[in-house]
Amino acid sequence: MKRPNQQRDAGPDGGFQLRFSGDELAVRAALRRIRGAVGSCVSADQLGLIELVLGEVLNNVVEHAYGPVTNGQIEVECALGEGALVFVVRDFGREMPEGQLPEGLPIDIHRLREEDLPEGGFGWFLVRALVRGLEYRREAGCNTLSFTIPIADCKRGGLRADPAQSSG
Amino acid sequence: MELTSEVSGEMQIVRVDATRIDAAAAIRFKDMMREITGSDVPHVVLDLSKVEFIDSSGLGAIVAAMKQLGSTRRLDLAGLTPMVDRVFRLTRMETVFTIHKSVEAAKAVYAD
Repeated sequence: MKRPNQQRDAGPDGGFQLRFSGDELAVRAALRRIRGAVGSCVSADQLGLIELVLGEVLNNVVEHAYGPVTNGQIEVECALGEGALVFVVRDFGREMPEGQLPEGLPIDIHRLREEDLPEGGFGWFLVRALVRGLEYRREAGCNTLSFTIPIADCKRGGLRADPAQSSG
Repeated sequence: MELTSEVSGEMQIVRVDATRIDAAAAIRFKDMMREITGSDVPHVVLDLSKVEFIDSSGLGAIVAAMKQLGSTRRLDLAGLTPMVDRVFRLTRMETVFTIHKSVEAAKAVYAD
């Protein structure tokens, strides 16, 4: 069935916004909502990779921007761009160390002995490998991370704008 | 999360009965692996065919499980689903582990 014209002209349609508490449980719930919203638009494999990226980014906010003592809100915006999902993630916690994103350089695993292999530090590397246009800004106590994730053709309106505002 | 173990000859197959190894499951996975691989079977094959999602914590936990085995025993992987396979390739971890297409393929290599 054809979508009404006004929908087609209605800017970046089908986007969504979430706002939730910066703790592990709320992040898990938010990831479920994001899966639900994006799921009709991408393949199952790609959905897993999108969840991976958002999970790394959001868990990083919980662990490092807020940490065990402080707490605060996280905001996620998602819109459908040209062949890509456009994400903006905001938090109001601590600044990134030295005001910069961790590099997440690939580890030269061939030069490491097995016992020296890292058990962590894959997160930012995976994020950088899976997104485009990753940018970090610190302004007025707010961390803003923006990036896009290329996706195969997604019909306009394919994003379900369903996830209602969550106060988590 | 549950792990199921089956030993045949020189080979132990540990199946992950969960669809996710994520930040919430990683520490438990590592601890359970330590317990379940406590014997001296030289080849441990981790059956990941049910795991549809892994994140950096889960990846780290699998590396930790391999290191727990020490230098004389091997941890191989089998049955990677497409998402898990992608994560191992992106991080070059596919060069660290021997990866079998399936448990059957691993059995053909190791079982008596």
